[in-house]
Amino acid sequence: MGNLFEIFIGSILDHNIALAYILGMCPLIAISTNLRNAKGMGLAVIFVVTLTGIINYPIYLLLQRFDVGHIHLLIFITTIAATVQFLEMFLEKFFPKLYNAFGIFLPLITVNCVVLGVSLFFVNRAYSFAQTAAFSFGSGVGWFVAIVLVAGIREKMAKTSDVPRGLAGRGIVFIILGILSLAFVGFTGMASIQ
Amino acid sequence: MKLIRMKYTKWFNISRDGLSKNNPIVIAVLGICSALAITNRVDNAIAMGIGVTFVIVASSSVISLIRNFVPSKVRMVTYMVIISTFVISVQMFLEAFFPNQASELGAYVGLIITNCIVMGRSEAFAIKNPVKYSIVDGFANGFGYMFVLIFIAIIRESLAFGTILNYRVMPEGWTNWTIMAIAPGGFFVLGMFIWIFRELSNNFEEQV
Repeated sequence: MGNLFEIFIGSILDHNIALAYILGMCPLIAISTNLRNAKGMGLAVIFVVTLTGIINYPIYLLLQRFDVGHIHLLIFITTIAATVQFLEMFLEKFFPKLYNAFGIFLPLITVNCVVLGVSLFFVNRAYSFAQTAAFSFGSGVGWFVAIVLVAGIREKMAKTSDVPRGLAGRGIVFIILGILSLAFVGFTGMASIQ
Repeated sequence: MKLIRMKYTKWFNISRDGLSKNNPIVIAVLGICSALAITNRVDNAIAMGIGVTFVIVASSSVISLIRNFVPSKVRMVTYMVIISTFVISVQMFLEAFFPNQASELGAYVGLIITNCIVMGRSEAFAIKNPVKYSIVDGFANGFGYMFVLIFIAIIRESLAFGTILNYRVMPEGWTNWTIMAIAPGGFFVLGMFIWIFRELSNNFEEQV
């Protein structure tokens, strides 16, 4: 149990999927212009990452049993696309309020590298099922933290600061991300994830 | 005289778009994940650049070959299947011939599937254009991506380890900048690179 908690905390702070492994940058940069959208996208990612991590684990075991582990990439990406599609229909039918909150972010998630990345990392690290679940949820939360932080900073910066012309728009996000990621390096050694 | 006429051909325009005018990383800011995560060593950057170029060229040409038969409703799924097929072949090739690189790149080879450049070129170019132009476009974007990757990797590796492709370039007694080997270094170097590139090419983003 202690180990699960360690993986969960580690994947939020120490091994943050956005700031230490640099995954999911495209949506992070594109959607972090205002806080409200960032929250929506972040929540959708938590939801989908946890779900696909849990679904992909038994599928991978099944693939290994039939000795076709090398096509796991193709299967994973199909599972993710199918899960997102299913989730969209399910939410639209039964939880229209939640569906409206997610808006256009749900379909965008299929091409978010965080989702596929989490599935590939648990293969590389040979996690158990419970560890996979903790790691998936933690990574989703970590990505949420990252996008909300960036969006908050960008929202403030848009009003107050004078950014050089060459860095304006998406360029300055890299500097923000660099400083944030530098701050997260400070958490190194808090929790081991391997 | 020939050179001047070259300037107005479609070939030239497509290549210039991919390499500089619409460079996938610097101007469009796509495919950042892999560009930052694996550029702490030059050899990794070269392996990744070649892999991505191959996947873009191969998937663009196949997609533009079948563009008239694919119903537009299922085109995204079709892209995904075609792209992942080529990515799996890249992964198996690396594992068979360059096991060192394969283990260093790890999950990032598989993540070529979700590299937005590949998907973006299929959707923006290959689905509307004949095969020959799609191949040129694939190469141009692939090389545009690779040259930025290699440039960042040269800066990061020489500062972080004092070497380039394992040859020592920094003088004796050079203190390694550990920060360059981890994520923040990548962010800063790419940020600076974008700044300089846009300043030089006079290509600025409109403030929203």
